[in-house]
Amino acid sequence: MDNLAQALPAQFNDPAEAPLLRAEGLSKLYAPGKGFEPVNLNLFPGEVLAIVGESGSGKTTLLKTLSGRLEPQQGEVIYQGNSQMPAASLYQISEAARRQLMRADFGIVHQHPMDGLRPRISAGGNIGERLMEVGARNYADIRRQALNWLTAVEIGADRIDDLPITFSGGMQQRLQIARNLVTHPKLVFMDEPTGGLDVSVQARLLDLIRNLVTELNLAVVIVTHDLAVARLLAHRIMVMKQGQVVETGLTDRVLDDPQHAYTQLLVSSVLQQ
Amino acid sequence: MQSFNQTFSATEPEQDYNFGYLDEQTKRMIRRAILKGVALPGYQVAFGGREMPMPYGWGTGGIMLSASILGQDDVFKVIDQGADDTTNAVSIRQFFAKVCHLETTTETAKASVIQTRHRIPEQPLRNDQILVFQVPIPEPLRFIEPRETETKKMHSLGEYGSMQVKLYEDIVKYGYIATSYAYPVMVHGRYLMDPSPIPKFDNPKMHQSNALMLFGAGREKRIYCIPPYTDVASLDFEDHPFSIQQWQAPCSLCGSETSFLDEVLIDDQGQRMFVCSDTDYCQGQLAKNAAEEALHG
Ligand SMILES: Nc1ncnc2c1ncn2[C@@H]1O[C@H](COP(=O)(O)OP(=O)(O)O)[C@@H](O)[C@H]1O
Ligand SMILES: [Mg+2]
Ligand SMILES: [Zn+2]
Repeated sequence: MDNLAQALPAQFNDPAEAPLLRAEGLSKLYAPGKGFEPVNLNLFPGEVLAIVGESGSGKTTLLKTLSGRLEPQQGEVIYQGNSQMPAASLYQISEAARRQLMRADFGIVHQHPMDGLRPRISAGGNIGERLMEVGARNYADIRRQALNWLTAVEIGADRIDDLPITFSGGMQQRLQIARNLVTHPKLVFMDEPTGGLDVSVQARLLDLIRNLVTELNLAVVIVTHDLAVARLLAHRIMVMKQGQVVETGLTDRVLDDPQHAYTQLLVSSVLQQ
Repeated sequence: MQSFNQTFSATEPEQDYNFGYLDEQTKRMIRRAILKGVALPGYQVAFGGREMPMPYGWGTGGIMLSASILGQDDVFKVIDQGADDTTNAVSIRQFFAKVCHLETTTETAKASVIQTRHRIPEQPLRNDQILVFQVPIPEPLRFIEPRETETKKMHSLGEYGSMQVKLYEDIVKYGYIATSYAYPVMVHGRYLMDPSPIPKFDNPKMHQSNALMLFGAGREKRIYCIPPYTDVASLDFEDHPFSIQQWQAPCSLCGSETSFLDEVLIDDQGQRMFVCSDTDYCQGQLAKNAAEEALHG
């Protein structure tokens, strides 16, 4: 397996900058081949990593473990928000400390938007909840920020008091993204964010994600089975097959010159479409 | 409500009951839960409740607490919607008179233990008095998160932002915080608590109260407590601060301008008036007015 730290794009190779997230010998297997085998990786501030592979290859399991939501069997996930902050090993600190860190610094975008939204709370309340969780107590200010974020994700301001169940799938996903970004996370985890959407809706959402990620200098780990999504968004790609990382590298290199037979197969099946 | 007393008197002759109906072991177990609750203000303590000779919803949680703390020298008062003379209040008072042979009263000042549903008396309580609340739903986070495992976690980690969302949604819908009963409070800066269906008017009375306050939920078998002199803060927003109900006119009977008023129909033509919900307080004010009138002519 490649060491991802050695396959970094130049702009993320500044030795003065510490990785935001590190995984060391990380693994979680539900059964042989189900889950993921030991993974090492470094993710730097502002970097976008795509985890690709076919269904059942362990992408979601890995994402959950990296994002503090699923305890690994082996290894560590180490998060360091900035060089002034002490590094925290996600599964060694207390649950209270972990949840606090996740609230402050992480965003989680679920594949099914309603998994990350409250159906009976207005769109504004869904965005505002994150602010209130971290202590915001000024109604007018919470509302102003909710409005700004609705606009940023291209949802009409007049929908602020509507329930998310009245939204289209694409709008729900954009609302989920707004809810995650309102607290200015440093690192966002996305699991197939364009999954169940129509192609045209997907394209618009991808554009939006790409712009936001650049503008906010977000670090992102995105899971997708769609190589086009990875091509558009990611600096680096990690290819998984049956719980193993078979190839990693810069996006263009992996997609244009795949080394592993499985990656070659993935790339060629995309080309055939 | 007839069946309350019928069921009870039909079961066994009264002399066979232990003091307070519950056996000593059960009472001790409940008192231990109360002590834990006092040590952790606002925290919901689970306890192994007993079946009482009446259905849930009639105040079994409060009754179990009262039964466990009452002694022979106590003077017991029961209020329901602020009144001592509703069927429910009368039944509970009779129940304890029967199984404890203790003195009961309708006067707040004379009572050492007051069991209540819906109200905190207007007359300030003393530190030798205990207020026992009957609680229907103890979990303030239930409407947001139906899973018990999750609400437990939210309490243990103090994750209460989602409760604030309920108030946000109120303002969205009504332009102000419309929650007016069971208005959520933070107890001693730590636990979020549902003060049971009392009006928010009564919330400030819990803050730094002289009296010990015990809350019992019979169906869900939870006890929680506010010890005397504890901080109790109602949730709100900086720009929508907590406020209590207010009325245009004073009580039509006693003229009080500071008590919680109920609207009552006075004739078939739909004539209405506003009177104190705390009947003992209203009578007390009336007596005071009469005495003053006699004095000043
Ligand atoms: N909670 C679980 N218990 C047992 N097996 C699981 C669990 N979650 C996922 N798996 C199995 O682990 C494998 C990897 O799943 P997943 O990480 O969801 O894959 P992907 O996201 O790549 O489709 C699959 O075979 C799946 O059935
Ligand atoms: Mg998946
Ligand atoms: Zn009155």
